[in-house]
Amino acid sequence: MKAVSVEEAVAMIPAGASVMVGGFMGVGTPERLLDELVRQNKAGLSLICNDAATPGKGVGKLFDATLVSKLTATHIGLNPKVQQQMLGNQVSVDLVPQGTFVERIRAGGCGLGGVLTPTGVGTLVAEGKRQIEVDGKPFLLETAIRAQFALIHAFLADYLGNLSYALTARNFNPIMAMAADTVIVVAEHIVPVGVIAPDHVVTPAPLVDYIIANG
Amino acid sequence: MDPQIIIARRVARELRDGNLVNLGIGIPTLVANYVPSDLKVFFQSENGLIGTGPIPEQGMAHPLLTDAGGRPISALPGAATFDSAMSFGLIRGGHVDVTVLGGLQVDAHGLLANWMIPGKMVPGMGGAMDLVSGAKRVIVAMQHAAKGKSKIVAKCTLPLTSARPVSLVVTDMAVIGFPDGKATLLETAPGISIGEVLAVTEAELAIPDTVPEMKI
Repeated sequence: MKAVSVEEAVAMIPAGASVMVGGFMGVGTPERLLDELVRQNKAGLSLICNDAATPGKGVGKLFDATLVSKLTATHIGLNPKVQQQMLGNQVSVDLVPQGTFVERIRAGGCGLGGVLTPTGVGTLVAEGKRQIEVDGKPFLLETAIRAQFALIHAFLADYLGNLSYALTARNFNPIMAMAADTVIVVAEHIVPVGVIAPDHVVTPAPLVDYIIANG
Repeated sequence: MDPQIIIARRVARELRDGNLVNLGIGIPTLVANYVPSDLKVFFQSENGLIGTGPIPEQGMAHPLLTDAGGRPISALPGAATFDSAMSFGLIRGGHVDVTVLGGLQVDAHGLLANWMIPGKMVPGMGGAMDLVSGAKRVIVAMQHAAKGKSKIVAKCTLPLTSARPVSLVVTDMAVIGFPDGKATLLETAPGISIGEVLAVTEAELAIPDTVPEMKI
């Protein structure tokens, strides 16, 4: 793990990159990284995030600045800008059931090719997917998702890069921290090693590549 | 009584001691207000919490503690937080006893459509497809009709949420179940006759010999 400035971290992300961002309606989202993506005008992003938040908040800022060309998400209903950009063909949106979304990312981080889920069988979600019977029950084969970068929000990060999360800000963060080539973390507090007890570490340090330094 | 409150009060009577319950946005959220105080019910918020509590007092909200709509909530003593894989493992894995969701259409076989109106409204399914596929009991809480048009239809014209039928539909006019896969009028709302329900229901309803009035 290396501590870097937010400017240095975002400079590593090329335009057009695939980027996973933690958070649920903007809660548990690394806002400083999103602000810097906007400032450095990293366009054409392929964004993987549970939802599109709301304009001005969380990943909503990326849509305000029209930096996203492809979105994989479960819900976009509370961000009218994404709906407009989708209808205007500026953003292609792939909607995925939330339980499937998180399992596909988990699979990507755990070396699995995908998962079998009953969710979506017999609906529009099943179109173009393989259906597989196990013990007489139908399941959809949902393939793994990975990204070049995961942008993670943690509550505590120690000097080694061990992470813990708070309340409902945990959501997709620990899952995404396993499913990207480069993992960049914004923590609410950076603390000495040992402050996070071993039983309370959720994301172990070797998974973390960069922590955004204070200041 | 306000139609939404009739629905919420009736749905609350379906909850049992010890149930793990997921409430959707809208009318379902109101259900928590009418759970009898002697019942211990665990409410899940799918963004990662069991033990959701009321909206915090002015100035006491925590920015990292919200419901699935991003609104500040509180956590009750004994609450537990977890990541989204756990949250949807609970949902899909059959650990959630009851889910209460809103609906756009429910058809004569109990199939639900509640996540998009093609060409008009494409919010996305969020957690709805997993909830309907995985929860032990699925209760739809919705108005019986919208703009005079029945939401209990012969066949859903909107995209389905799941191929699995729901367990129960509670509206401001009736309670409808699906024994043997067929829509059946189980109860009528106070002051509403069977004839009045049938007049605003597109789907064919089976009428048992006795149809009691909803207790709310």
